[in-house]
Amino acid sequence: MRSRARDSHALFLLPGALAFLAVVVVPFLMNTGVSFTDWRGVGTPTWSGLANYRELWGDAAFWASFRHSLFMVVAMAAVPTAVGLVLAAALFDVAGRHGGRITAVLRACFYLPQVLPIAVAGIVWSWILDPENGSLNELLKAVGLDGWQRDWLGDPDLALYTVMAVMVWVQLGFPLVVFMAGLQRVDPQLYEAAELDGADWWRRFRHVTLPQIRPEIHVVLLWCTIAALKVFGAVYVLTKGGPGGATDVPSYFSFTTFFEKTQVGYGAAVSTVLTVLILVLAVIGLKLQTRAEDDEEGSVR
Amino acid sequence: MRSAVHRYPVLVALCLAALLMVVPFVIVAMNAVKSPAEYSANGPLSLPEGLYLDGLKDFWERVDYSRKLLNSVLISGSVAVLAVVLSVLNAYAIGIGRVRGRAWVLAFFVLANTLPQEALVYPVYHLSKEAGLYDTRLSVVIVFTALQAAFGTYLLASVLGRFPREIVEAARIDGANAWQMLWRIVVPVSRPTLGVLLVFFFVWTWNEFLLPLVMLISNDNQTVSVALGVLQGQRLMDATMTNAAALLGVLPALVFFLVFQRTLTRGIAVGAVK
Repeated sequence: MRSRARDSHALFLLPGALAFLAVVVVPFLMNTGVSFTDWRGVGTPTWSGLANYRELWGDAAFWASFRHSLFMVVAMAAVPTAVGLVLAAALFDVAGRHGGRITAVLRACFYLPQVLPIAVAGIVWSWILDPENGSLNELLKAVGLDGWQRDWLGDPDLALYTVMAVMVWVQLGFPLVVFMAGLQRVDPQLYEAAELDGADWWRRFRHVTLPQIRPEIHVVLLWCTIAALKVFGAVYVLTKGGPGGATDVPSYFSFTTFFEKTQVGYGAAVSTVLTVLILVLAVIGLKLQTRAEDDEEGSVR
Repeated sequence: MRSAVHRYPVLVALCLAALLMVVPFVIVAMNAVKSPAEYSANGPLSLPEGLYLDGLKDFWERVDYSRKLLNSVLISGSVAVLAVVLSVLNAYAIGIGRVRGRAWVLAFFVLANTLPQEALVYPVYHLSKEAGLYDTRLSVVIVFTALQAAFGTYLLASVLGRFPREIVEAARIDGANAWQMLWRIVVPVSRPTLGVLLVFFFVWTWNEFLLPLVMLISNDNQTVSVALGVLQGQRLMDATMTNAAALLGVLPALVFFLVFQRTLTRGIAVGAVK
């Protein structure tokens, strides 16, 4: 009886299963399979074993794209998490002292870039950063810092850092909102007790805020790291991976290999490496998260 | 008193930081209403002397912006509704039906959710060509319904897993079958969460770039994001046009944000910590 009730529920999974089969499972297996072949997108793929992967191993552009991914992790996970924590704690203080309305407005300002399509954010910034007539260079000139004017996105030594700065702007709102929500769970008595003990703002931040919202910090770091490894739209719109590959990232690298060079097998190998990297990170992250949750439950109850 | 003075710098610093975040929007809005002559005479930092809307109008007509908006609304709206339906069905089987092997099914959805689109894009492109769906809005709707439902299933399954068992048992004793239980009890009770998902799926799909860029080649099918991204990528726009493009791209996002602000910020928090 009980098992029949369970089996009848399995039917509800059918539409989802079909959709996932068509959109995720089959394409993913195809992509992985194609990565072991030589294929230009037409005709039959010819089996080439590990040739694509061997070629990747020696491809400087491939390594450079993954190195740039690390920079993206700094810009999209590390910096927004650190800055978001300080901002969230400060905003939380402000809410306590100046009321919730001003906090809501400030939070909205920080969150706004998050709802913007990345293509639009790219248009806005490439225009602001334009070497001729761009607002940033004009501003520098207006305050007498002519010497600081740069071709922000066109200088190979600078472009990656400029993209990083834009990504911090894009990403910051996400950790901020999550951390502010997390802070609402924290028992205010903890802060009062710390204050009575003479702990200054920084100490309270370190010894009360940080440990209390550790679960949120874990989740945000994991999600933002994965998002950083996937970044595509920003690079497409801001720099197209240039100048001279200075801002190329794995997703853009595989995109151009697929659709511009039509080396489908090679592109599939690039995206497979990226996928394995992300899945490994996701599994480790989820494991750590469940373990942390178990520990917490064990110690509290 | 001393502590109040001590606190004000924090508020001021926060306001300055917030201002820094919105400055790009202000600059875009300022310059989108300048005429090309005014722009080249005064540069990007001056306040506009009047309201010059021809730039916006020209751009609107040149890229057939109404059409792009319509495409985006159609695609994002369909995806939002269909993906919520799919998520509910999946989550119902996992969270309340407790089907066998549900831990594995759930793990599968989580991993599908983290999968980079680059690992799907070429086969999806190839298969949609074979199926005659390439360069149709339907193809994008199908793909994103499945992808968004992966996240929806993950979130809803954990919400429904905590659904009071007494209600489920009571309904079963009253003779409700699985369908009746889903539509008459579970869906009405979880309506707030479904609302959050609907808004999220809509905004996320609106903002998607890579897959629509690959799948929607013809002008008539492109979404706002793709059309603007492609224009920017071609580097053919002058300053006035770029500003018009930026403002027209920002406006829908701003509208969603103002309309859905509470849902969005609350939803983010719910999603991140289950």
